[in-house]
Amino acid sequence: MNSTATVRKRRKQLSSYAVVLLALSLVGTLYTAFGAPEGQAQDAPANQSMAVKEGRELYLTGCSTCHGLNLEGGSGGPSLIGVGASSVVFQMESGRMPLAAGTQQAPRKPVKYEISEIDQIAAYIQANGGGPELPSADNADLADGDLQLGGALFRTNCASCHNFAGSGGALTYGKYAPELKSASARVIYAAMQSGPESMPRYGDNQLTPEEKRAITRYVRYLTQEADNPGGAGLGRYGPISEGLVAWVVGITALVGLTLWIGARA
Amino acid sequence: MSVVQKGADGLGRGIDDRLGSSNFVRRSLNKVFPDHWSFMLGEIALYSFIILLLTGTYLALFYTPSLSEVVYDGSYIPLKGVTMSEAYASTLHISFDVRGGLIMRQIHHWAALLFVASIAVHLMRVFFTGAFRKPREINWVIGVGLLVMAILEGFAGYSLPDDLLSGTGARIASGIMLSIPVVGSWAAFLLLGGEYPGTELLDRLYIAHVFIVPLAILGLITVHMMMIWYQKHTQFPGPGRTEHNVVGSRLYPVYAAKAGGFFFLVFGVLALLGGLAQINPVWLYGPYDASQVSAGSQPDWYIGFLDGSTRLMPNWEFYLGGYTLSLNVLLPTVVMPGLIFTAMALYPWIEAHFITKDKRAHNLLDRPRDVPTRTAIGVASLTFYIVLLIGGGNDVIASIFNISINQISWVLRILCIVGPPIAFVITKRICLSLQKSDEHLLHHGIESGTIRRLPTGEFVEETVPLPAQYRLNLTRVAGDHEAIEGGHGDPGYDLEAVGHAEAPRSKGFFRPKGVSRVDPEQAERTEVGALEPSGKPGSPPQ
Ligand code: HEC
Ligand code: HEC
Ligand code: HEM
Repeated sequence: MNSTATVRKRRKQLSSYAVVLLALSLVGTLYTAFGAPEGQAQDAPANQSMAVKEGRELYLTGCSTCHGLNLEGGSGGPSLIGVGASSVVFQMESGRMPLAAGTQQAPRKPVKYEISEIDQIAAYIQANGGGPELPSADNADLADGDLQLGGALFRTNCASCHNFAGSGGALTYGKYAPELKSASARVIYAAMQSGPESMPRYGDNQLTPEEKRAITRYVRYLTQEADNPGGAGLGRYGPISEGLVAWVVGITALVGLTLWIGARA
Repeated sequence: MSVVQKGADGLGRGIDDRLGSSNFVRRSLNKVFPDHWSFMLGEIALYSFIILLLTGTYLALFYTPSLSEVVYDGSYIPLKGVTMSEAYASTLHISFDVRGGLIMRQIHHWAALLFVASIAVHLMRVFFTGAFRKPREINWVIGVGLLVMAILEGFAGYSLPDDLLSGTGARIASGIMLSIPVVGSWAAFLLLGGEYPGTELLDRLYIAHVFIVPLAILGLITVHMMMIWYQKHTQFPGPGRTEHNVVGSRLYPVYAAKAGGFFFLVFGVLALLGGLAQINPVWLYGPYDASQVSAGSQPDWYIGFLDGSTRLMPNWEFYLGGYTLSLNVLLPTVVMPGLIFTAMALYPWIEAHFITKDKRAHNLLDRPRDVPTRTAIGVASLTFYIVLLIGGGNDVIASIFNISINQISWVLRILCIVGPPIAFVITKRICLSLQKSDEHLLHHGIESGTIRRLPTGEFVEETVPLPAQYRLNLTRVAGDHEAIEGGHGDPGYDLEAVGHAEAPRSKGFFRPKGVSRVDPEQAERTEVGALEPSGKPGSPPQ
């Protein structure tokens, strides 16, 4: 296909979208001007629509090649209609999206977008098809739960894949549950809401928002705050790394000392 | 002479008059122990065991072996207010609220890992040098008993904290028992005092861990040591060393000083590990709950080979008239270790009857290369074992190296079948070529680096004959020792018989002809202290 033709076509598409968007935002402005209740909420939708608009821009430049100009998906990626804002937060804030081509399971990468930009794209995708959404954009709020309850729930629901200390683990056929060390409260909460890859999705009737906050609190505590006494954690892979250290460090040292003592008659 | 000295003297004489013990003490202190670093490997196990006893006693002061439920109220915040067993709560208490509790726990656990590891290293030394041969087969069998006991002891200890990990382990163990046909469910019922988890398991594991198994180990170690005492330690062939003497340091002061220092070195390594490296952070695992399991739930390394064999085993299960025969569990966790440990215990006789056909007694050790078949069997067995061990960690390996767990399992399945034979062949080759190069050294000497030009114009490198002492190490033939030391030893070695099929071609060289053989069993071995270099083999110790 001729590339100028493509560009032209895309531009044409873009302008038609812009018209629709303009109309929409006009309606929105009119609505806020006349119909909305007073007070704080008054400018929220305006912000919201601003966010949606900016989000759309960002989406079109960064994501549409794979997910389609209308979120409908394509050969490069699945449809994003109905995945919800939390899925976007999860995928983008953990650096998984935009995808680097050719991996079996999108790995964590350094994040290329500002949090505000992520929220804008999320707002745009949320506005088109809905879906689960974070109850708050604030990390501290999302991690405001009961630590002990969170620990118990984490061991019941998450440790089987992510390991008791959040160090991650292997699943079948090269898939893996990643370590949780770098996940922000938003990513943790959004992961539960969106259930990426082989991770189950935990709807609000499986784990109430209160329970999700508790788990989020516990995971953050485990990976960031906990002062774990007893020395180096050895990766917290359980007895495997301990056995390895016993042989590689312990036995090597002891046999070395044996050689040393043996050499002095 | 001071009053104190006089008093001590009087006391000593008083005891001696009644017990006649000074003779025994003098003889004991003068006992000679051969010097070779590898003979100290068994001591690492011994010292780890002593450290296990000391730290374990401290832990037992604070641990409560009870499954009754309590609400935790200690200083580990994330578990405050959580309902758990008293056993788990007391382990948390030791870790967070008992002075020195955590480091004791950690040293204890590291010592347990290193106890079994050092037993394994010691066992390899004994195996590859042929120290298990007549007359030491019984001590070898006792050694196998010690290994099994050490593994059991470790398993019982691992199950005591009643955290998520140990509970998972105990549960798997009960599953293994259930897989044994006919008696399995009865045995499990008896041990658990009912259906899993039962009420009795923890009590029984506790008694086993702090009393029965340590006592058995202590008893076996005592017999093990007494046998070494009476049979005397083996030694490598060398100048003045024959089948009938022991050349080395006297127990007192040299050997005692070495051994005493060594104890503190072992203790130092264990204390460093316990202080610097976290082991089994029970507080992260949480209390045991049958509905939970963590990724990476693994046994300690010495059980890992059973975990591996189970993971690599195809999923065979049969139903016979209402009964389930779980071969997928039974074969890898009951039948296989049973066969392995039996074969290991019987190995001295297996070798003497089928491999070397050498049924004589030996006090001089073999170098691994000189008995290629044994060495190859050892390396092949190790290969099998290591493949199983890796299999036990397949999920962690998959997650660290980002490879598919299914691919790893298939590769390991193939490796555990073809790996050992390959290892066998390669090892044997290496042994034989090492023998050849020894032979070359003996015949041609060492290259001196001096180039000489022959009258014909040809350049040759001059060689120097090996110094006598090295030559002895290579030939290991007692006949040569006599030539140098003027002693009266005997060869006791028949390389053809020992090396069996692989004996080097130049037999005449390796086997001096016409030397009479004395059965080492018949002759009392004399002890020669290295402190008296003039001590002729055969002269009695002072
Ligand atoms: C190179 C192609 C590519 C690009 C560019 C890309 N994605 Fe994706 N995206 C994918 C693929 C493929 C998947 C599904 C596979 C996966 O999750 O690993 C996916 C999945 C997603 C999902 C999860 C869908 C679900 O079912 O929950 C979200 C949300 C998402 N992408 C958002 C984005 C956003 C936002 C951007 C732009 C910043 C973006 N993607 C850029 C290829 C891409
Ligand atoms: C069946 C296994 C499974 C379970 C159970 C599970 N997860 Fe996951 N989790 C995964 C997988 C697989 C991924 C990787 C998804 C991806 O790469 O897109 C993941 C990713 C995550 C991430 C993103 C990590 C990062 O920063 O890269 C978080 C956070 C997370 N999970 C939290 C949880 C929590 C909290 C629970 C319990 C409520 C849980 N998971 C239960 C399999 C699981
Ligand atoms: C609790 C475990 C064990 C302890 C504390 C222990 C301790 C010792 C010590 C201190 C020695 C003398 C020094 C040496 O040769 O290294 C020794 C010798 C010996 N051990 Fe062990 N050992 C243990 C387990 C085993 C095992 C598992 C085996 C083999 C299966 C074994 C077989 C032998 C034999 C045959 C000797 C005599 C070696 C010789 O005279 O050359 N032991 N042991």
